[in-house]
Amino acid sequence: MLNVAVVRFPGSNCDFDTLRAAERVGTNAYFVWHRDTSLEGADIVVLPGGFSYGDYLRSGAIARFSPVMQAVQRHAADGGPVLGICNGFQILCEAHLLPGALMRNAGLTFVSKPVDVVVERSETVFTSAYTTGTRLRLPVAHGDGRFVAADDTLRMLEAEGRVVLRYVPASESSPLQPNPNGSANHIAGISNASGTVVGIMPHPERVAENLLGAPDGLGFFTSLAAWRPRAPTLNVPTR
Amino acid sequence: MSYRVHVRVMPRDGLLDPQGQAVEHALSALGFDEAGGVRVGRAIELEVAAPSRAEAEARVRLMCDKLLANPVTEDYLLQVEDA
Repeated sequence: MLNVAVVRFPGSNCDFDTLRAAERVGTNAYFVWHRDTSLEGADIVVLPGGFSYGDYLRSGAIARFSPVMQAVQRHAADGGPVLGICNGFQILCEAHLLPGALMRNAGLTFVSKPVDVVVERSETVFTSAYTTGTRLRLPVAHGDGRFVAADDTLRMLEAEGRVVLRYVPASESSPLQPNPNGSANHIAGISNASGTVVGIMPHPERVAENLLGAPDGLGFFTSLAAWRPRAPTLNVPTR
Repeated sequence: MSYRVHVRVMPRDGLLDPQGQAVEHALSALGFDEAGGVRVGRAIELEVAAPSRAEAEARVRLMCDKLLANPVTEDYLLQVEDA
């Protein structure tokens, strides 16, 4: 059974939803406190949404220096999967595990509502259950969700196909307001080059079961549950 | 020696600053039509023990690069004075 560590910071508030969604797809999910220095054998790490450290200084800026984040950095450097949702995405950017930054919404207001996004990259640990091009309706709830990056970083993300989720422009088939925060290139989520580290602003854990309407977010969790750690490669010296 | 350092962190030029825009609109609504180009940043003050003013400034620059400012979106200015 896969071990999934859900990291709790002071101010995390989507931790229980995330834990439940991970449990429902058959993983051994458990909480790890921000002061812990070990991930207790986690195969996969999830940084849930919330307002870690009250968003002091900048969203995610203080959480980045939590003791547990050193373990998360090592886990990611070893190719271990990490999903950051909302505040978790902000923390991943502050920790330089993902490029760019998430700034105050262009409209200045906290936005809490469903949005339509399209899955642009299914070759990640967390989106493999979706087909590229699939549209999802997922809730967002954030004040600092405007993705910003230097022009060359944006070009690199696009050229390498590292945009994972993109807000869908308004149309007849999708009447919801597009791009709720003024994000560059309508970006709602990105990944690292190998697709093991993913950050997204929408909350799939809030729509991961039928009771809560169409379970559009469930695929993030069935994806991670289907991931298998690679067998360690033997380092046999060649003669 | 101890130095008092004033750090001014501002949104990088060219980046949308919705807070600055909102303040500008509010000033205009109050009749201050002469105000323009409003930008909102953050001021941080700290005391630093260092052997010299230059060393204090160098240390605070490091603090800015690592924590106090986000190098992706913000620029900062330092002012160092004797504490």
